[in-house]
Amino acid sequence: MSHAATTHHTSMGLDSRKMAFWAFIGSECLLFGTLISTYLIYQGRSVSGPTPGEILNIPVTSISTFDLLMSSLWMVLALAAVQRGDMKWAKVWLLGVAIGGAIFLGFQVYEFTSFVHEGLTLKTNLFGATFFVLTGTHGAHVTVGVLWMLTLWYRAMRGKLGPQHAVTVEIAGLYWHFVDVVWIAIFTLVYLLHK
Amino acid sequence: MEETKAVEHAHPTAGTYLRVAAILTVLTVIEVGVFYVPAFHPFLAPVLLFLSAVKFAIVVMFYMHLKMDSRFFTLVFGGPLLLASAVMLGLLFLYGVLTLGH
Repeated sequence: MSHAATTHHTSMGLDSRKMAFWAFIGSECLLFGTLISTYLIYQGRSVSGPTPGEILNIPVTSISTFDLLMSSLWMVLALAAVQRGDMKWAKVWLLGVAIGGAIFLGFQVYEFTSFVHEGLTLKTNLFGATFFVLTGTHGAHVTVGVLWMLTLWYRAMRGKLGPQHAVTVEIAGLYWHFVDVVWIAIFTLVYLLHK
Repeated sequence: MEETKAVEHAHPTAGTYLRVAAILTVLTVIEVGVFYVPAFHPFLAPVLLFLSAVKFAIVVMFYMHLKMDSRFFTLVFGGPLLLASAVMLGLLFLYGVLTLGH
């Protein structure tokens, strides 16, 4: 059965998978909204250190932020390549997104490890609890995204991904860009506007 | 399929994507720069929140294609986003992080 034959559309003529995924992303806004709110409410209320000002490494996080932004560019280039049937470049960009995400996760592992060495854990204070839950949840989302990109890349390598699957790649892209926009908010609210 | 063609428009070109990436990079550099310049510190929060909102909107409009796609997707995403923003503001006022007046 061809892919086109299995594609479903809503009564409005919209792809039902995209519609469902946008609804999912909407629900994710509420999840991250509550986590960010919790972080902000408890910000500056820790009775013991380390505090954000003592421990956050802005230069390192700026580099990881740039890396995630660039991975979003590679994602749209991958989608554009799939749409025009240029699978050679689609494979390159999809692998690039996965590597970009893995580099971001590497930065996060480095950050978490150094924080633990400096005495900040989930149990240390309110900052540690809310920071690790918020950024850890985001990191878990990035991990899912990396695995998703690798799956698409593997399918492309086996010749099982083509222009007829452009919506599949577009939906993966929606997820990846959402992870990016959440980090845009976290970078500003947690790192640059810390107390 | 005809209906689909009527509501789903062509995506931007690679050139547009590259220009968007350049703008996002410049905005990120400005954000970090503002953070390190003491003269900006009295206005740090509004400036950074504005830049962050602009970056958020650019990614959603161009990379997530909401600018070109059906307005209904904007509604499906924008509704929960507004609700989340309202809940956040409500909680921040409730717990005294934000206050009216002084």
